[in-house]
Amino acid sequence: MNHKTKAISFSLAMLMSAFAWNAQSYADEVTGVELPVMLAEVSPANIFNVNLKKPKSRNLPPAEDGIHDPENEATHSLQHPLDAYKGLPTSEYGNYVDWVKALDEGKLRPRWDRSDPNEEPFVLDLDIVRPVKASVPDVVFPHRQHTEWLYCSNCHPAIFIPQKNANQISMSAILLGEKCGVCHGKVSFPIETKTCRKCHSKPKPADWTPPLSEATLKNPWK
Amino acid sequence: MSSKIKRNVLKSMIIGVLAYMGALGVPQPAQAEYADVVINNYADAAGMRPAVFPHWFHRIRFRCKVCHTDLGFAFKAGGNKIDMAKIIDGKFCGACHNGEISWSVENCALCHSGIPGQPTHFHGSTVQRLIAPAYKPLQDKDAKN
Repeated sequence: MNHKTKAISFSLAMLMSAFAWNAQSYADEVTGVELPVMLAEVSPANIFNVNLKKPKSRNLPPAEDGIHDPENEATHSLQHPLDAYKGLPTSEYGNYVDWVKALDEGKLRPRWDRSDPNEEPFVLDLDIVRPVKASVPDVVFPHRQHTEWLYCSNCHPAIFIPQKNANQISMSAILLGEKCGVCHGKVSFPIETKTCRKCHSKPKPADWTPPLSEATLKNPWK
Repeated sequence: MSSKIKRNVLKSMIIGVLAYMGALGVPQPAQAEYADVVINNYADAAGMRPAVFPHWFHRIRFRCKVCHTDLGFAFKAGGNKIDMAKIIDGKFCGACHNGEISWSVENCALCHSGIPGQPTHFHGSTVQRLIAPAYKPLQDKDAKN
């Protein structure tokens, strides 16, 4: 590095520090307090993401939700979601209510029969483990939480054949509304990054290695 | 602070306020409750507002099984071809909305409360949130052909 470039870089550094000093003193003038160092504040940028809802726009009353007609008088007599959710455990997605937890804790007593409030569901406590080819954790399907809400014939045999290895499930099918996606992503918890681990919950064994593709296995120059 | 900086701050504030006011005029996407269903099979054509079915309201009171097993509702928005004749006969919604378990069909506007012209859809469904056509596995395509 010769003298000329050294001098240029030095003056540049001086200029930048002068700017920084100026900005800092300006901030002091405005707020009267010294600002702490701001690190990785990403949330304001995400407001523009169409898939993320702002907390203010959650659980709006029917007249403001964009699908009910506010000009219809009866719209204003419909119950507000937040009134109905009082006291229920919260979650970070869907209706922002943890429906399964609410049922487990007895905060909800939804009927199992149309007219008889005393009829009890037939609950099956059976976990099904589904190994996943990729490196994400394996899927554990709990029958208990599902049979609290649904009857066997809702899923078997039309959506899932009740037999081992008889059902091929993929995330693309689920995202298109097939298999688990018949309910998940529509009514029961949505498919978002926050919910992956709810199904993909069983860690891979310690000696697990990713499977090699067929192309790699057949490669004669391997 | 020099007057030049002051002028710049003022200018950017004015631009900011104008941009904010402009953004208020942009139509906002619907922020309805997750799993609200708009059903518009026949309503628009008959001069009624489309019906809105709130899943959240009903699942507080009934488990999924009541409607989706006992009453025969398919797991598909608009897939049941419900009309008022079926409801009055006590099928689908009419199994409860008969004045005994819940309010009766005279309260037209409580269900028919949607903004006119909306297609039948499931609010907040994953399929709606895909911003590009979803990848379909090859074997599924073969099976359909």
